[in-house]
Amino acid sequence: MSTTNPMPAAAGIAPLTNRSKQVSQKKMTLMERIYLPAVVAGLFITIKHFFRFKKATIQYPEQQRPFAPVMRGRHVLKRDDMGRERCTACGLCAVACPAEAITMTAGERRKGEEHLYREEKYAVTYEINMLRCIYCGLCEEACPKEAIFLTDRIVESGFQRQPFVFTKEDLVEPTDQRVDISKRQTPAVLKFKENKRMAHNR
Amino acid sequence: MIATAIFLLVLFVITLTVAAYSTYGERKVAAFMQDRIGPNRAGPFGILQPLADGTKMFMKEDFIPAGANRTLSFLGPALAMTVSLITGVVIPWGDTLTFGDVHVSLQGMDPEIGILFVFAMTGIGVYGIMLGGWASNNKYSLLGAIRAASQMVSYELAMGLSIVALVMMTGTLSLGGIVDYQVEHGWNIIRQPLGFLIFIVCAFAETNRAPFDMPECETELVGGYHTEFSSMKLGFYLFAEYVNMFISSAVMATLYFGAYHVPGLAGTGWDPNLITIIGAAAMFAKTFFFIFFFMWVRWTLPRFRFDQLLNLGWKGLIPLAIFNILLTGGIMLAQGQLAP
Ligand code: SF4
Ligand code: SF4
Repeated sequence: MSTTNPMPAAAGIAPLTNRSKQVSQKKMTLMERIYLPAVVAGLFITIKHFFRFKKATIQYPEQQRPFAPVMRGRHVLKRDDMGRERCTACGLCAVACPAEAITMTAGERRKGEEHLYREEKYAVTYEINMLRCIYCGLCEEACPKEAIFLTDRIVESGFQRQPFVFTKEDLVEPTDQRVDISKRQTPAVLKFKENKRMAHNR
Repeated sequence: MIATAIFLLVLFVITLTVAAYSTYGERKVAAFMQDRIGPNRAGPFGILQPLADGTKMFMKEDFIPAGANRTLSFLGPALAMTVSLITGVVIPWGDTLTFGDVHVSLQGMDPEIGILFVFAMTGIGVYGIMLGGWASNNKYSLLGAIRAASQMVSYELAMGLSIVALVMMTGTLSLGGIVDYQVEHGWNIIRQPLGFLIFIVCAFAETNRAPFDMPECETELVGGYHTEFSSMKLGFYLFAEYVNMFISSAVMATLYFGAYHVPGLAGTGWDPNLITIIGAAAMFAKTFFFIFFFMWVRWTLPRFRFDQLLNLGWKGLIPLAIFNILLTGGIMLAQGQLAP
């Protein structure tokens, strides 16, 4: 019988990884062709699991899996220590966003609004379409003002599309309920930030 | 007469209930074998799940695609369901109950050709699938239907041959007669292990159950013959599969495991009615075991390829069945049960 290898190894070319397996199409032995021994062996495996009482199921609403500390969920627009919005509507997050989920309009800070906005230019509207967002975190990485962060909160499901377009009301953190983002500041992230020479933002 | 009618009604309800709860059982068995919990929200342990499923099926829109044949697309599921329910009539679920001078046989009827009746009905059952697949005007459905038909033809043959050896031994085609033979001589599984093996493999193919569920092979055919069906018509198809499974489990229990016969029970001298009821319970226990076995195999084995399936049928099982007939004949000849 012919045991032609479907892909003859090209001479002299080393395999890319050492995980490749030689495929064989050898003829099955009589034992294998009867199928029954293998079938019985398989039946024993499944019945063993049948009587194993430790289940892998997580009973979702009552029982929840802990999130990873660096979980990327619903965004927050941060305020600074004095309660001013940090975002300066530079648009870098929108540019970085691969899903084109972010839109904003910029406006100029007037006299008397210094306690509201940190920079002279601020975002009048700022919207993230949570149905488009893929929670990649690139907006957070792009932001020079450390204004936008992803948090370990999840975006809740809904029946309409419109509520999924989050506006500033949903995004900017309330002054009395600050959102903790320190868990995402891992040593690697802090190191990264050092290089960005953004001392004025700390 | 009235007693028989009542019995048939009860049987009808029982069959539907068992089929409904097989869907629940299947999901639980699947879950347990995969280390999951399975449905547990509708009622305690999820036992109301079949009701929830049924309600859902009824509430769905009954959609018929533009190119489909309306009449046939109604006839298909109806035929599949009806035919699968009819077979239960000839199964001997138990012996006879006696109330005064009223005798109720726990077997709807016992025609001389009981086995052939079962075969005829499973043969017609495939029409339900074929009509459905043809009526949908969809190539995947049609392919599924064609597979069902060719699978049926191939395995009906091997199944019939495996029964021939059994019939040679028992000397009757009536299911009641076969049970009587087993009460006298012990269960057929002892004398016909090879025949049973062939029969059970064919039963998997005939009921379109994994690993032979080619007609609804999702990976290749979307949903197979019921791709274009929705609402309760889809429900009927899925349900018919479970009814078929129940019936063929009962047939296996009848032919090879003595049906309602429990060894040693007749000698106890208990009330005959009590013995009959215990016997019927034993019959159901045997049937449920086979239903469980069907599920167990489904969640163990991957699907065969279609050519493997046909090869197994024509080149494997049919020669084996013929060999089994010769073997049985030879042994009977040696024991002098046949006139030379
Ligand atoms: S997480 Fe990614 S996809 Fe979502 S808004 Fe930010 S950059 Fe866009
Ligand atoms: S969130 Fe950051 S990157 Fe986006 S507009 Fe505001 S300051 Fe710029």
